[in-house]
Amino acid sequence: MTSQAPAEPIALPATTLAPRRHVLDLDDFSRTEIDIVLDTALAMREVLDRDIKKVPSLRGKVILTLFLEPSTRTRVSFEQAGKMLSADVINIAGSGSSAEKGESLLNTTLTLQAMHADLIVVRHPQAGAPYFMARHLSRTGIINAGDGRHAHPTQALLDLMTMRRHLGSLDGKKVVIVGDLLHSRVARSNVFGLAAMGARVVISGPPTLIPLDLSRTSHSQGSLGGAAYEPDLDAAMDDADVVMALRLQTERQTAGMLPSVREYTRRWQVTEARMGRAKPSALVMHPGPVNEGIELSSSLAHGVASVIEEQVTNGVAIRMAILYQLLTGGELQTA
Amino acid sequence: MADEREILSADDIRQALVRMAHEIVERNQGAHALMLVGLQRRGVPLAHRVADAIADFEQVEVPVGALDINLYRDDLTSRPQPLVRPTTLPAGLDGTRVVLVDDVLFTGRSIRAAMDALMDHGRPDSIQLAALIDRGHRELPVRADYVGKNVPTSLDEIVEVRLIEVDGYDGVDLVPRAVRSVKP
Repeated sequence: MTSQAPAEPIALPATTLAPRRHVLDLDDFSRTEIDIVLDTALAMREVLDRDIKKVPSLRGKVILTLFLEPSTRTRVSFEQAGKMLSADVINIAGSGSSAEKGESLLNTTLTLQAMHADLIVVRHPQAGAPYFMARHLSRTGIINAGDGRHAHPTQALLDLMTMRRHLGSLDGKKVVIVGDLLHSRVARSNVFGLAAMGARVVISGPPTLIPLDLSRTSHSQGSLGGAAYEPDLDAAMDDADVVMALRLQTERQTAGMLPSVREYTRRWQVTEARMGRAKPSALVMHPGPVNEGIELSSSLAHGVASVIEEQVTNGVAIRMAILYQLLTGGELQTA
Repeated sequence: MADEREILSADDIRQALVRMAHEIVERNQGAHALMLVGLQRRGVPLAHRVADAIADFEQVEVPVGALDINLYRDDLTSRPQPLVRPTTLPAGLDGTRVVLVDDVLFTGRSIRAAMDALMDHGRPDSIQLAALIDRGHRELPVRADYVGKNVPTSLDEIVEVRLIEVDGYDGVDLVPRAVRSVKP
């Protein structure tokens, strides 16, 4: 008999996202769940580094990608992640699909489920579209790969993974997000994820490109998890651990929200001079694609502090982790 | 419930591992080209202990790796999956004699998965298996080359291996399934 091991009822530590079937945003993710995804993604990175980049975990699973908005890196990243786990990945583009004939999103969704898809990865120009689909699916899971200006949870997860690899725990770390917050689903999901991980978020950028709910609640616990707004980028950068520049969505700047790109560049471009105010080890991040010389100087984008390429690699690992977590696992056997 | 009983004490574990280390070196006529690969999670510290024992009496550092088999399981959709842990192999596998090290040999399915996982990393000259406990009930044609202790068990029992590196103390107990305690 050993006395050290107390007999207790089964209480296994959390290792799965179950019973979660969808990943829509990070606002309902606990810190534990985010840690599970990041830990799993670390193991997945090892698969990426192999000569033979394939494991059999998702053999016989069908993943559909439905991208109704242009994308290269996210769609390819999901496709690569699925294939490395041995799932069958089928890509559906907006043009050339029945969406062009006017088929409703509801009917498309139900049709794909009827084909016994296990998971649909969706990008949609309308905020909330993945939620609508998830509500009408009884078996198939949904991953939100970007909906309008609302959310992009896997991008935020890969950003968290990249930060954690370099900084260790994110508790109390200062993360500056600068640029066009108004149109950025990446930034919104990141604010939720960073808040869950205990990081301090400061946002900066032109007031016209900061969402009202954010600028109104600056310096207080607000709907976006208590991010602080500092319009002066120089002040915002003080002692930062991470500086994340967002893409200036020039295709969406026709509404007169900026006096000129030149003025934006002068006041909010992340430059080497401004990085001097951040911590010496601070990371430079960007969700891509980068407008070099607008939101981020070319020398920084390709400099030693930049982890932009690592973000892309981690993106594949994060998507492998999410696919694995959603498509494996069963009921706990009552033993 | 009262039916918990000790199978191996800390001392027994140490002696069993030293004996297995001697057997491994004897069977392979030295430690040349050997690699010890522990199965996550408790196989990994066991592999390190066997390597330490070999270093003691043979003055050879045998490389040690860690293998996670979760991505190769055959029951991925029929039970909650454990956390996938990193696989790290110290060198290429081609031309090595790999000894897989696990804490408990039971159905043999983990070992099947481990061999598949290993083959994705290279082509070892041979694969052998060392298990601290062989509890029987095989479901696949798998056997261990080196066994710490053979333990007859019923399917209503669980073999709980505790190791200092993971659990803070050493010991192996046979526990009725209903009172299984928390095992990370």
